[in-house]
Amino acid sequence: MSMQASLTFGRRCQVTDLVVDRSAEHQIMAHAVTAVVYLAIGGILALLIALTRWQWVHLLPVNTFYELLSTHGMVMLIFWILFFEVAGLIFASTVLLSARMVAPIVGWIAYAMMLGGSLVAMLLMLTGRATVMFTSYPPLLAPPTYYGAVLVFAVGAIVAVVHFFVNVIAARRRGDVGTLPLFTFALLAAAILALWSLAAGAAALIPAFLWSLGLIGPPDPGVYRLLYWGLGHGAQQVNLAAMIGIWYALASLTVGAKPVNEGLSRVAIVLYVLFIQMGSMHHLLADPGIAPWVRNLNTSYFMYAAVMASLIHAFSIPAAVELAMRERGLSNGLFGWLRNVPWGEPGFASLAVSLVLFGVFGGISGVIMGGPQANLLAHNTLIVPAHFHMTVVAGTTAAFMGISYYLVPLVFQRQMMLPAMVKAQPWVYGFGMTVLCIGMGLAGHWGLPRRHWDVTFSSTGPLGINLLAGSAEPTIFLAIMGIGAIIAVTGGAMFVLSIVGTVFLGTRTATPDLGYVSPEAFAPMPALVAGGSEDHPAAAHAGAFEVPGTLVLALLFLMLFIALYGYSWIELSGIPMLFR
Amino acid sequence: MAVRVSSLVKPRGAWWQSLGRDERLWVGLVVIWGLAMFAMIVFIWPAIGARDNDIQAYRVDPATFHDKVEAFTAANKVGEIAGVPVVAAPAGGDAYLEAAAFSWRPFLQLQRGKQYRLLLSSRDLQHGFSLVFGPRSLNYQVLPGYITVVQITPERSGEFPVVCNEYCGLGHHLMLGRVIVKD
Repeated sequence: MSMQASLTFGRRCQVTDLVVDRSAEHQIMAHAVTAVVYLAIGGILALLIALTRWQWVHLLPVNTFYELLSTHGMVMLIFWILFFEVAGLIFASTVLLSARMVAPIVGWIAYAMMLGGSLVAMLLMLTGRATVMFTSYPPLLAPPTYYGAVLVFAVGAIVAVVHFFVNVIAARRRGDVGTLPLFTFALLAAAILALWSLAAGAAALIPAFLWSLGLIGPPDPGVYRLLYWGLGHGAQQVNLAAMIGIWYALASLTVGAKPVNEGLSRVAIVLYVLFIQMGSMHHLLADPGIAPWVRNLNTSYFMYAAVMASLIHAFSIPAAVELAMRERGLSNGLFGWLRNVPWGEPGFASLAVSLVLFGVFGGISGVIMGGPQANLLAHNTLIVPAHFHMTVVAGTTAAFMGISYYLVPLVFQRQMMLPAMVKAQPWVYGFGMTVLCIGMGLAGHWGLPRRHWDVTFSSTGPLGINLLAGSAEPTIFLAIMGIGAIIAVTGGAMFVLSIVGTVFLGTRTATPDLGYVSPEAFAPMPALVAGGSEDHPAAAHAGAFEVPGTLVLALLFLMLFIALYGYSWIELSGIPMLFR
Repeated sequence: MAVRVSSLVKPRGAWWQSLGRDERLWVGLVVIWGLAMFAMIVFIWPAIGARDNDIQAYRVDPATFHDKVEAFTAANKVGEIAGVPVVAAPAGGDAYLEAAAFSWRPFLQLQRGKQYRLLLSSRDLQHGFSLVFGPRSLNYQVLPGYITVVQITPERSGEFPVVCNEYCGLGHHLMLGRVIVKD
């Protein structure tokens, strides 16, 4: 594309040299601000909910607890995440390709639908008119306005995703782009998964909507669950693919990392598209109506193809970081590179927190409880939210926060505020999430139910059996969860404060200072490196490993995985009841 | 010749290249581990484990199931706790348990070491059967219109609470049942 053509629709960024479409820029701003507002609301709710489940505090009255829990789930899992992801989709399909947005009006229509639908759904939940949780399982009934609002939101999101495809295809047809950058490729996978999950969600919610209007009978609860989890977990697979893209992006930004094998990384992303939706069925492992062979095949064959993809990324990203450090001569021995990576850079810290917590806690716990047998110990206990807080909150959200520290200053053209706080933020947040999830996970592992106001059963009279009475363990676990929540919400507030401060009060500049950002991150041609290792790494390093440090770390991780997986079978055998 | 580029820029030329030594080793291990987990779940555990997930299911009209529970209760009732019937299920036979907002009925009395078919269903909404041993729990989804059927054999005597772990409305936390295992 010629310089003249490019500058008719936008500005040239003085930091990255990318051409920024003006409409795309405004829509990224709108989605990002909306996302952060939802994150702030969800965070306040999170604190109130955690302080209620911490039995010693037991803050909220019963109805308020269920109302806020419903709202928290919807606001965090759907609204915060999807507004942020649409901002990411717009960025990846326009700015990053130096391409123009095809139909800005379509983007704005999508935004208006998503905003309107999400606001109505949230207000209905907050005011106790749709206290049906994130899942709204029939025959539990919400008012038609609730299903309608969620459907309007979902259709808006579908329009935004289709617009992403149109932007990418148009850029290719104009010749602006041949091979997509890996980041955009990962978001392309996320967009494909998003279409699938939003369609599944519509298939579940349209009958529920018609039923709430009295036009048809209640949806079959088993079929609803099957369709619903195509959205409920499908949306989390969207997060996964987007997060993987951001992991690669953060590694490139903060240490100039380049994927060691572009092809392998892309194959692993394609594996997600093909197989990861199969994982949605692990919500149905304790359900009647699904034959054991379907469960087994789905969750333990197709699903593991996606697990393998995650394990490939878990290797490829640290490997890219290690190789970048070695190429710059910043490494000696096995782990010298780990001493020299920029731990104080918020983008790198977010990457480390997100990758380690997602992989070690979220990934391993997910595979174990996703097995059809061990699932019976975990189904609907607190270990389920512990797992997905490690994936979506500690993993995805930390990664989204990390990339925001670069995209917000560049898109809003403002200097990042409160740099010292930003530096500490990923660590505070990651530490709080770790404590929260250890407490919540152990409480669920002990046997405490999720979505429950009072496990002491203090209001059930002579029938009451206090689950906290027999031993001190669950009481302590809930306290750990509560303390972790306070720290994690503090970390979240630090993020919101710095972003809101930057957006409204940051010094205007076309060249915001981005800390350690690698000059190579946006350079279209790779910088020359010594040793000719570009040509064929395997040949150039005949006999030696390129990334020995990462290999050792990956093997340690695999050993931990095998040990915990093995232990889960011992746990299962310890249940004082045989069941088949 | 393949070149490596930042994940934020468009690769040029052929970016496909064969795997290096490190990647081959890791991918190999990952594939072996995936196959091992597959074998464990599909072949090994079903052959050796006494705790498996063979849920059987029936379709049922909630009113019909309720009648079954009433008949089961009338035939096998051995006592009452705070107005809730305690029912001793026949050893080797069926044990019915009905969830409704917001109760589990009846309270079940079982013999340690004897096998039962546990039949779970709901009269109204979706519920979650959670038998809490403290520590650990055993959990099944309970849907109206379906019976969740599981073969169980209690191995430890005592009284164990049954809680609801699927949100079912504003009285969800009031649902409390009981399984009493006698020696």
